[in-house]
Amino acid sequence: MNNCCCTEGVKLIYACSGCSDVGEISDRVARVLSKEGFGKMKCLAAVGAHLSGPVKSAIGADENIAIDGCSDACARKNLEHAGVIPKSYILTEMGLEKGKTVLTDEIVNEMSKKIRDKMLFECGREDDENK
Amino acid sequence: MFEIKILGMGCSKCKKLTKLAEEAVSELGVSAKVVKVTDIDEIMDYGAMVTPALVIEGEVKVAGKIPSKEEIKKWIEAN
Repeated sequence: MNNCCCTEGVKLIYACSGCSDVGEISDRVARVLSKEGFGKMKCLAAVGAHLSGPVKSAIGADENIAIDGCSDACARKNLEHAGVIPKSYILTEMGLEKGKTVLTDEIVNEMSKKIRDKMLFECGREDDENK
Repeated sequence: MFEIKILGMGCSKCKKLTKLAEEAVSELGVSAKVVKVTDIDEIMDYGAMVTPALVIEGEVKVAGKIPSKEEIKKWIEAN
């Protein structure tokens, strides 16, 4: 696993941070993953504003991760507008219900774990495919 | 005279990008100064999360990779 994509390269994390319950959870999940060192959370609004530094950084990163609260996928679409195709994680496709989910540490930790596990699984699969 | 800034802490990629930028300026014969920026706060001011990055007249043109000399020339000429 020394060459595993999960342990190398610059990985940037963006959350939709929307005003709905699941949007708020996406923000918290991104912060948890960033604090854990899984990647570095960056400001989606700066990419949306087309600021050259954040946009070019996203383009130059080894991997970009979009965490969206719902299937509107605003984080993913913002990045796509900037010419970046991120790995996309949508919380409503991972068991949460928009408008009916109470923000708790347990939910945030559960979603963080799910995304972490998915990323590790996908990474392992890519490693296997590259063998 | 305009300024071309190379953002980076001084790794080999930053040095290579600096060299390419200097060559591009020289070959085009334009009046530009290539400046290395190693201060992390100043680098962050540009919103550059990955380095090296190349800035022409305040705009980040590329980050996290080394462009070709031809690309740098195009950006300079477009300035």
